[in-house]
Amino acid sequence: MADSVAPPSRSRDLDKLLLRNGNLVGPNFEPGAELRDDLQEYARILVVGAGGLGCELLKDLALSGFKNIDVIDMDRIEVTNLNRQFLFRVEDVGKPKAEVAAKRVMERVSGVNIVPHFCRIEDKEIPFYNDFNIIVLGLDSIEARSYINSVACSFLEYDSDDKPREETIKPMVDGGTEGFKGHARVIMPGVTPCFECTIWLFPPQVKFPLCTLAETPRTAAHCIEYAHLIKWDEVHSGKAFDPDDPEHMKWVYDKAVKRAELFGIPGVTYSLTQGVVKNIIPAIASTNAIISAACALETLKIASGCSKTLANYLTYNGVAGLHIKVTEFVKDKDCLVCGPGVLIELDSSVTLEKFINLLEDHPKLLISRASVSHRGKNLYMQAPPVLEEMTRSNLSLALYELMDKVAKDTIHVTGTTSKDGKKTSCLRKLRVVFKAIDGVTDMDTAGGA
Amino acid sequence: MVPLYDSKFLDDTFGNKYAFRLYASALSLSLSRSRFWVYLDQVQRTESFCLNSGKMIRLFKVKEKQRELAENANGKPPVKKQSPGELRLHKDIGELNLPKTCNIAFPNGKDDLMNFEVTIRPDEGYYLGGNFVFTFSVSPIYPHEAPKVKCKTKVYHPNIDLEGNVCLNILREDWKPVLNINTIIYGLFHLFTQPNYEDPLNHEAAAVLRDNPKLFESNVRRAMAGGYVGQTFFTRCM
Ligand SMILES: [Zn+2]
Repeated sequence: MADSVAPPSRSRDLDKLLLRNGNLVGPNFEPGAELRDDLQEYARILVVGAGGLGCELLKDLALSGFKNIDVIDMDRIEVTNLNRQFLFRVEDVGKPKAEVAAKRVMERVSGVNIVPHFCRIEDKEIPFYNDFNIIVLGLDSIEARSYINSVACSFLEYDSDDKPREETIKPMVDGGTEGFKGHARVIMPGVTPCFECTIWLFPPQVKFPLCTLAETPRTAAHCIEYAHLIKWDEVHSGKAFDPDDPEHMKWVYDKAVKRAELFGIPGVTYSLTQGVVKNIIPAIASTNAIISAACALETLKIASGCSKTLANYLTYNGVAGLHIKVTEFVKDKDCLVCGPGVLIELDSSVTLEKFINLLEDHPKLLISRASVSHRGKNLYMQAPPVLEEMTRSNLSLALYELMDKVAKDTIHVTGTTSKDGKKTSCLRKLRVVFKAIDGVTDMDTAGGA
Repeated sequence: MVPLYDSKFLDDTFGNKYAFRLYASALSLSLSRSRFWVYLDQVQRTESFCLNSGKMIRLFKVKEKQRELAENANGKPPVKKQSPGELRLHKDIGELNLPKTCNIAFPNGKDDLMNFEVTIRPDEGYYLGGNFVFTFSVSPIYPHEAPKVKCKTKVYHPNIDLEGNVCLNILREDWKPVLNINTIIYGLFHLFTQPNYEDPLNHEAAAVLRDNPKLFESNVRRAMAGGYVGQTFFTRCM
């Protein structure tokens, strides 16, 4: 074989993509050694999650030539992870996933530098996330996805024509699996739909009626939820149930078994208890591998331009045979997270009260009785009376002062608007820009927060 | 355990071998090669979208340089993130239209809307004259998920247990994102005017309501005035 002449190189396959042209390449693709080397030197990737998908992602990305990778995960390794989270060994049980995963991949793939972060995603300051060029998600919760999505979208800036400024786009590649099913998607905030635009894609969590649990359980899951939601509070008054505490889980399991015996219901096991309580579906190693491969490839495509990226949502179903479909979802143009919002130019002397009146006459808004919030601070609330009273004193203050003297920022307003003579309630994002203020404040926002 | 990333097992001459190898290492677990090609073909034929991604790496380069410079600069004050759930809740709260018998309070001040308390004072029925406090805890992905609602006041009620769990369909199995905080408060209010023995959480109370409404009424009065019903003590809530 040719391999006996030239020593096999890890980047041989990668070179074929990066060193030569092809008919699937993106616009402005410039193949060559410089591209390959730049990719290694300058591309910084954040992997969120070091579980089933995360392990695969780290391995795939490291072998795809990325050299600067960070990984963030708050979990420690459990025995039940070992069948599919292949970077972990029995002696690692109890150690932080991020740290072990980073170490194992660095041992196997020379030259790659993986920095682990053993903490919650909310523990990091927002600018931490802006240091990465691409964020790759290997998560199993909607909350965490929603959080990262809103962080990544918060870096996005629009120009005066409501076009996204390319250098502020923080691409995300999101993978997800549930049993034999999975998805991989590419999110370019401002260009393709963000997570929030399509949150309805996630089916709502199944919730059993409490009275069914209390009175007429019919399935093993009913018995488990009874122990988890009703019995726990009855016995441990005030103590919160911690799904990550094995003793808590064991307690719920024991109580569920007793309840199942009482009603003659079969099928309560410890792993089912974990599954129901944590709302997890058994993970399949090959699904993780396939979805992660798709995500790693998309990451490489975004970074290098060696091929057009996936447009924009791939679903994989391996339940019976194999079914793969790519759907091009569309953006919600009024999305509160990734949309541009309505641009409003104001004088820095405008009071909150005058601003609220302006919204009523603004042709794009026509919002009456507006309540206003800015970065989690409620500047004015029309109702209920208790909040109206607490915020009333802000009405006479300048909006610029209330917004901490930031020259341009996003605020949200809610109120009623008339459409075709019908009154409807609405929630809108506004981009407020203050004019006629000294240039110094412009510097504060130059980095884009 | 066989490491999946030992890339020995493939030596093909296909054009997109990098992708092939990456996928194949994943797919070798479960797929035959012919099916794999169908897969790859699917993926590639649908790649119509394109960002100007050839420029991406140049952007990265510029950013990395900026980052090095920025590291010496002062840190910015932490920015609070407002979750989509918080924004939607802001709308719900701003539009609240409560009956006179209901009151809302924000124990953590005007900037924490995610945790609040609602007091219900029924103006008719068995529970006339009582004050019942409910705590609401709203998730950052509201309204994709219903708020968590608990009754803080210990109450003798067929649909509320002694731990404060509430059996109200729209809080669990029938929650829909089009519903809002107002709907929930009206639902809770309704529980007091029309307690229902068919969906019991406190089965003793439910049985009494079904079999002996007069006794149920006197039990409710006794509990609200502060006292024992059976073995259970209730604090006064009138
Ligand atoms: Zn969006």
